[in-house]
This record gives sequence, structure tokens and C-alpha cells, in this order.
Amino acid sequence: MSGDGPEDDPRSPLDPLLDTPRREGLTGTAPADRYKPVADPELVTTPPDGRPMELQPAWRTDFPVDWPQDHYVERRDFMKFMILTSLAFAVGQAWIAAMSWLRRRRDRHPELRIARIDEVPVGGAIEFAYPEPHDACVLVRPREDLLIAYSQRCTHLSCAVRPQVDRGVFHCPCHEGRFDMETGRPLAGPPRRALSRIVLANRGGAIYAVGVEERTI
Amino acid sequence: MAKPDHLQFFIDPGRCIGCQACVQACTECDTHRGTSMIHLEFIERGRSVQTVPVVCMHCEQPTCAEVCPADAIKRTGDGIVQSARKPRCIACGNCVLACPFGVPEVYEDRQIMMKCDMCYDRTSVGKKPMCATVCPSQALFFGTLEQIEQLRPRSAPLNRFRFGAQTITTRVHIMIPRGDAGRGDGLDVSGALQKHPGSRAPRTSQPGTVADRAVEQDPFEEISL
Repeated sequence: MSGDGPEDDPRSPLDPLLDTPRREGLTGTAPADRYKPVADPELVTTPPDGRPMELQPAWRTDFPVDWPQDHYVERRDFMKFMILTSLAFAVGQAWIAAMSWLRRRRDRHPELRIARIDEVPVGGAIEFAYPEPHDACVLVRPREDLLIAYSQRCTHLSCAVRPQVDRGVFHCPCHEGRFDMETGRPLAGPPRRALSRIVLANRGGAIYAVGVEERTI
Repeated sequence: MAKPDHLQFFIDPGRCIGCQACVQACTECDTHRGTSMIHLEFIERGRSVQTVPVVCMHCEQPTCAEVCPADAIKRTGDGIVQSARKPRCIACGNCVLACPFGVPEVYEDRQIMMKCDMCYDRTSVGKKPMCATVCPSQALFFGTLEQIEQLRPRSAPLNRFRFGAQTITTRVHIMIPRGDAGRGDGLDVSGALQKHPGSRAPRTSQPGTVADRAVEQDPFEEISL
């Protein structure tokens, strides 16, 4: 009140600066504690029964109504999250390593004697079954110094491929697929992947099949 | 930024003229464009033209937040109960059922609850809420306690309401006749739910009175089957 009007007149003009921030009271003379926050701004909400938070059920602290508490993450919770996540990553890595080791062990097959080298004619082929009795394979000798063995299963729909050593290809009669003899890669027709190669070993003039190499290209 | 503590919201239902200006102003806001968060309620439409603007009362113990199963309703440090947080709200409608003032509303098309947050984008930077800036009869007033005491010498602010056994303290004040203020423990809303209230004036209850009246007579007692 500026004093020019009676103080009990309810219609005296209001202070125009009243709504400016940090301006307290009608004339700036109101006691400051009148507008003191009634509670800690971080903790404004009291539970309905009015008891302190120590006596409240635990879920009230887990699901707080107050915005600051809702965004608050304890250091211990953060560390717990980090440790558990790192642990999960480590366990995952160990799992991947174990699985690949198991797969490598499972893919190891017993050796199989196919034939002596001098039994394989140059420009000819010898059929054998490796690693299981029903897995048909073929050993070809297109040149004197080259012995290659492939699984006969066509990578398109598993028909048996036939070696045509004079043309240097494997021919699949089902859909006219062709594979290169020296690399096993598809040349024509529907197949997109190379034939599985049988790993060979020369043991004192005899040829042994020692492994299967699955290929994608 | 936060709403200044010395600025409060006062509703004077007796001054409301039902002009819908607050509804229009609320609809203008960018945070909820096209939807009004303020409800303009008609009281006994058949017998009266009295309307009451209903904004969120911003309770000290928000019942809506208490019942929210998705933990979506939060209250900032300046006492403003915010609208539901979008990533959490599941539009279950628990808050709609729980709020004693009927403030929250679930919007099925966008699957979220929205309610008045006292124009937090404006009040947190020191402006008034939209509805309070446009109300021609000052039924919605946003200012200091001294201002309202000077402007309404015959009214007194009230912010305690009793719904049966539940007592609710709010940040938003309702203006009631000064003679009724200071008696009892807040406004007994359950008492106003009687079928035929004796008086239209808001009555604050006396401690120890039972508000609800028993049915005087059974309308079916004369019928014998």
C-alpha cells in the first residue's frame, strides 16, 4: 500500500510489479517465511497416512510420486547394472567359444582309406562314401598331379553330381547345374554354393579322406 | 525452472458465468492443441445456470499417482502433479476412477491420460496459466494470497476437502464465504452428496457429525406380492 488510500479499502490499486519473480507479498513487505516452501522441493509428497517414509512399505521408495526421486539412480544400482551386464557379456563370449569348440570336435571324422594312388586312373574317377556310408563322394584325377574329392551332393537340391573329367566339370542332371572340377564352384544352373570338398591325405602311396570342408562360395 | 511458490491458483465458483473462455484458451495451448484440459461443469442443469470450472487441484497426496499401476503420474518439486508420462501411461483409466475431483481423462485414440498441469510451460517461467489470463469474471485467479485477500474481502481460500474418511489437501484453493471458513476440518464433500441438500451454501462440517442420512422410508413397502 502506498498510503494514499485507506488501508481497509479493498479496491485500492494493486502493485503493478506484484507478479515479478521473487517478489513477495502485496507490497514486497510480507514476511518471507509466509512463502517459504512447505517442504523440501525434492520431497514434496507425503504418503496418504501421513507417517514418515521410514514407516512406509518398501514399494513407496521404489515407485515414488515425486519427479526428482523418480529420476534418481543410486550409485549402487548403477554399479549392479554395470557388473551384471559385463558378466552377461563375458558369459556370452564363453558360450560362443564353447559352442565353436564343440562344433569343431563334432565335425572331426575318422580317417578312411580310399585307394592307392596308382589305382586312380588319370582322367577317371573313383566313388566312395565319407564320412557316413550314405554320403556319396567322388575322387577325380583330372591331371597326373591333381587328386580332388568332392561330396556328390549338389548344393541346389542334393541330386548326385556326375564327374565329366574330359570337360572339367561336375554335371548335375536334375536341373542342369555345373560345377568347376578344380575348385568345386558353381558354373551354371541353379546352384549357388560350391560342392563340399573332402580333405585328402597321402599316406605312403595311399589316399585317405581325413575331413569334410563345408564351403559357402 | 519451477512455478514460483508465492503464486497460487484460486477458483471462485460463484463468479463463474459459464462463458467457456477458459475452455477456448486451454484449447489453444501447443502442449495439447485442440483438447481442453479444463472442464466446465454444469451444476443441476435443470434448475440452475451455475457452472464450475474444474482444473487439477494438485493434491498433496495425489490419489491418481497412488493408483497408477504404470508409475506414470509424477509430481514436481513445486507441487504440480504433471500429466501422465507418455512412455509409461497404459491408458488403463485407474486415475480417472480414482480422482475425487474428476480431473484426469483418458483419450482412447492416442492411448494416454491427459490432465491439467496448471500450464507448466507457462507457470514455470513466471507466466499465468491460460485460463486465469482470460477469465473475464476472475473466477479463475492466479496470484498471491495477499492479492486474493484484497480482491475478495468476503471470501476465504479453502484447500482441505473430506471425501468420507479421506482428507485431501490441495495446492489449488477454492474460495468460500468467509463466514464458513475456519470451522471444522475442511469441506465435507460427502455431505454434499445427499439427495436433497438443505442449503445451497457450501457447509463445512462440524467434527463428529455423520454426513449421510438413512433412507426415510422404503418406497416399495406398500406393495405386497
